[in-house]
Amino acid sequence: MEKRSRIAEYIIEKGLIRLAGFTAVIVLLLILFFIMREGLPFLAGYPVGDFFLKTDWYPLSSRFGMLPLLTGSLMVTFIALILAVPMAIGTAIFISELAPAPVRSTLKIFLEILASVPSVVFGFLGIIFLGPWVQNTFGLSTGLNAFSAGVLLAFMALPTIASVADEAMQAVPRSLREASLALGASRIQTIMKITFPAASSGVIAGVMLGIGRAIGETMTVMMVAGGSAQLSLNPMVPVRTMTGTIAAEMGEVVQGDEHYRALFMIGLILFVITLTINSLSGIIIERIRNRQGGGT
Amino acid sequence: MTRRKLRLGDSVSVGLIYLMTALAFIPLVVFILYITYKGISRINFEFLFTASTSMESGGIFAPLYGTIVLTLASLVIAVPISLLAAVYLSEYARKDKWFRIIELTIVNLAGVPSVVFGLFGLGLFVIFFGLGKSIIAGALTMGCMSLPLLVTIFYQALKAVPLTLREASLALGASKLSTTFKIVIPTALPGIFTGIILATGRIAGETAPVLFTVAAYYMPNLPQSLSDQSMLLSYHLYVISTQNTGVKDEQKFAVTLVLVILVLIVNLVAIWARARARKKIGSLG
Repeated sequence: MEKRSRIAEYIIEKGLIRLAGFTAVIVLLLILFFIMREGLPFLAGYPVGDFFLKTDWYPLSSRFGMLPLLTGSLMVTFIALILAVPMAIGTAIFISELAPAPVRSTLKIFLEILASVPSVVFGFLGIIFLGPWVQNTFGLSTGLNAFSAGVLLAFMALPTIASVADEAMQAVPRSLREASLALGASRIQTIMKITFPAASSGVIAGVMLGIGRAIGETMTVMMVAGGSAQLSLNPMVPVRTMTGTIAAEMGEVVQGDEHYRALFMIGLILFVITLTINSLSGIIIERIRNRQGGGT
Repeated sequence: MTRRKLRLGDSVSVGLIYLMTALAFIPLVVFILYITYKGISRINFEFLFTASTSMESGGIFAPLYGTIVLTLASLVIAVPISLLAAVYLSEYARKDKWFRIIELTIVNLAGVPSVVFGLFGLGLFVIFFGLGKSIIAGALTMGCMSLPLLVTIFYQALKAVPLTLREASLALGASKLSTTFKIVIPTALPGIFTGIILATGRIAGETAPVLFTVAAYYMPNLPQSLSDQSMLLSYHLYVISTQNTGVKDEQKFAVTLVLVILVLIVNLVAIWARARARKKIGSLG
């Protein structure tokens, strides 16, 4: 009896629990495999150069130039970052260095709530409120454009950037701050010249995670960015992003046809982009944690 | 003079920091108040708990029901696996190369765009497993998506259990496995609960992964089994705010408000649970 339960324990520990430990790795590999399985055959039947470099995305006439979708995604992400980074850094400095403890914990709760607002709610807000406002204010034919989408994305990326930046600033050793204050620097000088620069790698990691979040965001941009696949540097024109294209068009395709495979191909590109960004920021964040763990 | 200049520079910096913080938070507050103001009058028992006879009229019970069923099914799939994964990471794994690979994978999995999860669910569960567009396919997809969040929070909860508790149990002759399941996990329950709540909010609000795996545009009846499609609250909001369905603005605000309230409640409960968890662990340490 004793022996039997020992064997059962061994099987559970070495089999089940260890296997479960690797679930995340398995899922990530499955994602990669199944997206490649459905997407890669597209490149066998379509010129690779045309796919990446042509600017006409007309699936109905079998023209799949994805460049405007890529630029659309980059444009919206760029606008979001320009707006989100100053707000997020300001917030992080305030939360980490200036706010009294109760304010700090309240604002951190606010950040969590902001991070958890469903993207479709942001999209709704863009359609009913921000879009019409942008249209009237700037005298445009439509307010659903790259700018509106970027504004909403900024608020979606903000919590990510702010909380990672806050964590990085918290990890800066007290002794650095105290040395600066002891030398006669003011509190704000210490923050700007010592604490913030010392935390800069963490801030960069946060910004990168924010980029990943913004570039992968789907529902909001699909609803608010306007959805026209065109190449333009003007933020006030409607754009179509990679995520929005997949979400909007997958419902119309025939399983296994060229268009279907093209959408999976775009998914693969998105996956690779976000994987790269997240790996880099993951490595930076781990370094910060190690430094913090190493003591001061 | 320089002193004054310094002071001036200081107050400009402080002013900027305050301004940026205000810009970050005021829209959130304004927006919640605005949605509440616009939507609250439409919300009543009938709106929440009767199924609609058509898209434009009646209550939102069908999508609400779909969201609840999908969320529960996703949790049933994801929570046990995530808990075992966290047990492996906190109790069994050595801090070697593999541990770092798993950690990095979890970070990456958390960053995979939601629409890519949708593609994955379509490719694996809907097509390859032949489950079709169904609640079970959606739940499996959502389960995979909530994995990184659950594992991370469960891991932290298990890690926070004081070592002395484990040592005491082992010293009394309990095996490592029974120590884990009879001592460590029960002690970490409040933290585990926090993770489940947060995942609930995440799953209930997500739209992109369900587009190709579950979501139905409109269904006159509730789904009868897990292999049926279903209406969902988040997808319903997407449909009524982008398609010309004849749904009045008031109703759209009401649906939005229901989603926002759901998320708010979930977060506040999670925060409360986390505070309790910290207190409990603190009193043990």
